[in-house]
Amino acid sequence: MTKDTLTFRKVWRVGANIDTDALAPGAYMKHGIEVIAAHCLEVHRPDFAAGVRPGDVLVAGPNFGIGSSREQAADALKQLGIAAVIAPSYSGLFFRNAFNLGLLLLTCPNAETLQENETVQIDCKGMPFVKNSQGQILTCQDVPSFLMDMVNAGGLVNVLKHRMADKAISMPG
Amino acid sequence: MSAAVEIRGDRSVRTRGSTLAQKLIARAAGQSHVNVGDVLTCQVDLAMFHDSSGPRRLKPMLADIGAEIWDKNKVVLVLDHYVPARDADAEKIIRITRDVAKEWQLPHVIDSEGICHVVLPERGHLKPGYFCVGGDSHSPTGGAFGTYMFGIGATEMLGVVATGEIWVQVPQTLRMVWHGALQKGVCAKDMMLHMIAKFGMNGGNYQAVEFAGDTVRGLGMQERMTLSNMSAEMGAQVGLIAADSTTRAYLQSVGVSDEVIEQSHYFETDDSAECQRFDFEASQLSPQVAAPHSPENTKAVGAYAHVKPSVAYIGACTGAKLADLRAAAEVLKGRKVAAGVQLLVAPASARDQAQAAKEGVMQILIDAGASVLPNACGACAGYGGTFEEGATVISSTARNFQGRMGPASVQVYLASPATVAASALKGYIADVREVFA
Repeated sequence: MTKDTLTFRKVWRVGANIDTDALAPGAYMKHGIEVIAAHCLEVHRPDFAAGVRPGDVLVAGPNFGIGSSREQAADALKQLGIAAVIAPSYSGLFFRNAFNLGLLLLTCPNAETLQENETVQIDCKGMPFVKNSQGQILTCQDVPSFLMDMVNAGGLVNVLKHRMADKAISMPG
Repeated sequence: MSAAVEIRGDRSVRTRGSTLAQKLIARAAGQSHVNVGDVLTCQVDLAMFHDSSGPRRLKPMLADIGAEIWDKNKVVLVLDHYVPARDADAEKIIRITRDVAKEWQLPHVIDSEGICHVVLPERGHLKPGYFCVGGDSHSPTGGAFGTYMFGIGATEMLGVVATGEIWVQVPQTLRMVWHGALQKGVCAKDMMLHMIAKFGMNGGNYQAVEFAGDTVRGLGMQERMTLSNMSAEMGAQVGLIAADSTTRAYLQSVGVSDEVIEQSHYFETDDSAECQRFDFEASQLSPQVAAPHSPENTKAVGAYAHVKPSVAYIGACTGAKLADLRAAAEVLKGRKVAAGVQLLVAPASARDQAQAAKEGVMQILIDAGASVLPNACGACAGYGGTFEEGATVISSTARNFQGRMGPASVQVYLASPATVAASALKGYIADVREVFA
């Protein structure tokens, strides 16, 4: 994520208050993530799951991810290859879940100026920003380094794996 | 989370007192004082997960990272989302959950006896001062017991069960101070819907909400739980209420020993602590109803008298505890629901249902025409057994998102159990105060 700042990414737009039932509908929760992902956002955008391509970004209004603790809501976006979500604000629970799964969320006050189908670039090397198709810079809030590390590691599972391995090595005998 | 996570704490407030939230986090982090904004690692006193978020997801991940549960005594597993099984997939999830519970030799498993947020305190697992996590978004319910409890996803739960630790950013506190007495028929659910309408679905901004004032102190534990429960719908991380004599009496009633009750931590927000304070007058509050498709879409009940529900649903951790069943029975005693309305009651726990039966509450509901459903999440979770195409539902549950409790055409109105009962009785969304007049 931090290395490919020059990639042009296609924008998918949704509105405000996108809830976890829209991202991971309850009726499919008994299935694996592939099935859940195929129904991701269908209540708002039936074209999304089939049309989205790896590396695309999802741009939303405020309060993205409100509702349930089901992390499949974030996992479905990751499964579909979404490179980042860009929105003015998130549910706190969804925010934790997304980073735990290695999905980058950018908190961008002017996210809603971005248009459907617009191509944007994102940069997280320093203070994160989004560059729109006219080359204008939209600043984003800083992402704490331990959360950025989690994204770069591919999520908390990989962080824990390293931690467990370190523990095994450091244990006597 | 619009403020995202900022690591620096505000050192300038050091001389001020602490909030209930700060004191709970300080204890769990092993610090004498914590500042708003600090990011800290906390020791977890209790981790709760259920059949959907729990073993089926944790087992493969634990194996993958080569870890075991840090302390089985601090884990509670509740089977409530997929029970009773409605199809082969649900059956498989339940079987996996039960097999893993046996394999892990979990000492605390509550199977098909009620909804996690209700059975957890009912079995005496929550103690004032605790720092807890739950694999479910309504985990803030535990805040009613003076515990810092919040919901997390399955991967973060993996981190907790592997290490016994979790990070938290010390939140600001939004202190909701309620004064005076509620009118007859007006419930904690109405207070909460009113606050959600005022602050919005994410108005809590993942900070701490604290409920205080004489109105709150006068509520029983289950009504307090309704406030804390729906803090989730305000986007707060936790919904806290300082433990007091009512909390102690509840703990005693569920068999927690006097010794443990004495040793618990009864923290309170200091007068000098920095909070955002909001005052409410309880006597001014009308019954509230949230229209489709958001809990923040709330107005006083009178706005919806034209709506004729086909289903009246009393269910969920939010709205089918013993206190909720009693509130509905008080409205329906000696009466029958209107023609064309189907009244469904899914008591939140087997113990609450047994007590309601003993008090004659269940018989009143059945005589009024209620069908009684299993002690589980049922239609509220939306995992199955949901409402039919085109249904109009008045429900005592917490969420009315489009498509959650059935097809997108289902219209769900949220209200208190008393308002659901009054609406079932009248055949339209009705003001419960008129039934008592």
